[in-house]
Amino acid sequence: MRTAFKNKLTDLANKNKDVMLLVNDVGFSVFEKFMELFPKQYLNMGISEQSMTGFAAGLAMEGKIPFLYSIIPFVTMRNFEQIRNDICYPNVNVKLIGIGAGFSYGTYGYTHYALEDIALLRTLPNLTIFSPADPQEAESVTEEAFKIKGPVYIRLGKNNEPNLYKKSKKIYKGKATWVKQGTDIAILATGTVLGIALQISETLEKKGISTAVFSFHTIKPLDNLLLEKLSKTMKGIFTIEEHYIQGGFGEMVSAIIAQTKNKVLFKSFGINQPIQNYIGTQSFMRGRNGLSEKKLVQEILKLI
Amino acid sequence: MVPTKKQNLFLLSKAKAVRKKIIKMTTLAQSAHIGGSLSCVEVLVALYFSIMKINPKKADWDKRDRLLFSKAHDAKALYAVLAEKKFFNSSLLKEYEVDGKRIAGHSVKGSLPGIEISAGSLGHGLPIGTGMAFAGKLNKKKYRVFVVISDGECDEGTTWESALFAGFHKLDNLICIIDYNKLQAFGYTKDILDLEPLKKKWEAFRWSVEEVDGHDLNQIIKKLSTIPFKKNKPSLLIAHTIKGLGGVPQHVGKISSQYIPPNKIESESLIKNLSV
Repeated sequence: MRTAFKNKLTDLANKNKDVMLLVNDVGFSVFEKFMELFPKQYLNMGISEQSMTGFAAGLAMEGKIPFLYSIIPFVTMRNFEQIRNDICYPNVNVKLIGIGAGFSYGTYGYTHYALEDIALLRTLPNLTIFSPADPQEAESVTEEAFKIKGPVYIRLGKNNEPNLYKKSKKIYKGKATWVKQGTDIAILATGTVLGIALQISETLEKKGISTAVFSFHTIKPLDNLLLEKLSKTMKGIFTIEEHYIQGGFGEMVSAIIAQTKNKVLFKSFGINQPIQNYIGTQSFMRGRNGLSEKKLVQEILKLI
Repeated sequence: MVPTKKQNLFLLSKAKAVRKKIIKMTTLAQSAHIGGSLSCVEVLVALYFSIMKINPKKADWDKRDRLLFSKAHDAKALYAVLAEKKFFNSSLLKEYEVDGKRIAGHSVKGSLPGIEISAGSLGHGLPIGTGMAFAGKLNKKKYRVFVVISDGECDEGTTWESALFAGFHKLDNLICIIDYNKLQAFGYTKDILDLEPLKKKWEAFRWSVEEVDGHDLNQIIKKLSTIPFKKNKPSLLIAHTIKGLGGVPQHVGKISSQYIPPNKIESESLIKNLSV
């Protein structure tokens, strides 16, 4: 995903000289080439995330298109108030690029986890939030972010994620992508856990449950129309995210469904608080926190 | 450049007019933050009536010098000087802190012409100004960026992050002015978190620093006419001021000037004094 983002940004920086990449002293082995190609469009601000965010607002107010790149906590939480006051309320054209969704940095410890970013940023006005599932979606949402004249947050995984689409699919901002057809239940995934959703659907299909899968690459604006439709036509709706249940994608979906008149089974899967104080690789941490194909199939079968 | 006697009289009359507006707004709204509004009057008058290249008829003129008013709790001073400079009609000032109107206690971008940023949370102005100054260099534009901050804002980490950056990147199109009235929200700066030696601190961050009596228009203008104070360095002007100057005498230079608005009788007397 990181590579997909970098390649797309390189392409954009080449086409538009106002595109700038700002980092807070991260990017070793990632941005060297970019620095070399576009020395005037690259800036390492030093380790100063808060002033970097205000600084980016200043650049954007003078016509630049800054992309701020860092590990998620440092580009969404450390600088939250700058995002709120300097970027979102005045609707300034700054892009926040966060790497390390969920447990991507699982062995680093909780300072580097990203389990609250959606909850925080979904509250902010004027902000578009993308949460791509694979490198292809990461590339597409980077292009979309560039087209939007306003603040955008992109929640990336890390690197070397598998491509989940056989054929390339066009992304529409605010419209979830229908990844797999099905008529009994729908699994809605955001981010790289789309891979788990697809595995679940295969298992359930074998058990005779027709399972649709959607990728919610856009979290804000949420695809409310689709949710209303699914709540009418499906027997069950399940969400999966690598984020706290509290304030996350599933809660957003549940709020929309609850406000329809439709009675549909709903359950959100994500990370439950509190997390335990062990560390581990992303797949280990997902497994321990219930985000595995096996565990989720059991849960869904219990419910339907 | 020192203003001529005639210019000086003109500027003094503007400072009086701005003070009157501030006092009227505060009295009408019975709101706080009069002290820091009154302490930066001369700085703002010098900037808007002498130093800055601006066009009140076209507030967003792209060649304008930018003024970022970071100590936005004292927005009354900014509103008053913008009105006096005819960015908008002075009658709008009656809408300050009034239900359903847009003129907030802390200045919001877009609420009135001439307001460059929304501020109110401290330590936001200098980072944004640094970004604008950096963009000015990249875009080869001649505008200058002025950021007015409070002494209390020097407690904020972001102020120093930006100071470090601007010094290192030689942003000599950036000018920061500290309204050094030596009082913050709950006491004297020297007792809460002493900033001294303030000049040396900024110099150590590679800024060129000058100090003035922040109520002496001639001194302010003389210094600001020479910006950048040094080539390849951002400029800092420390304006030594008195909180609440021109307000109710018992509050001048005291913490109470931050909170207590004049009553109607006090207000009338202050305005009468400013009218002679």
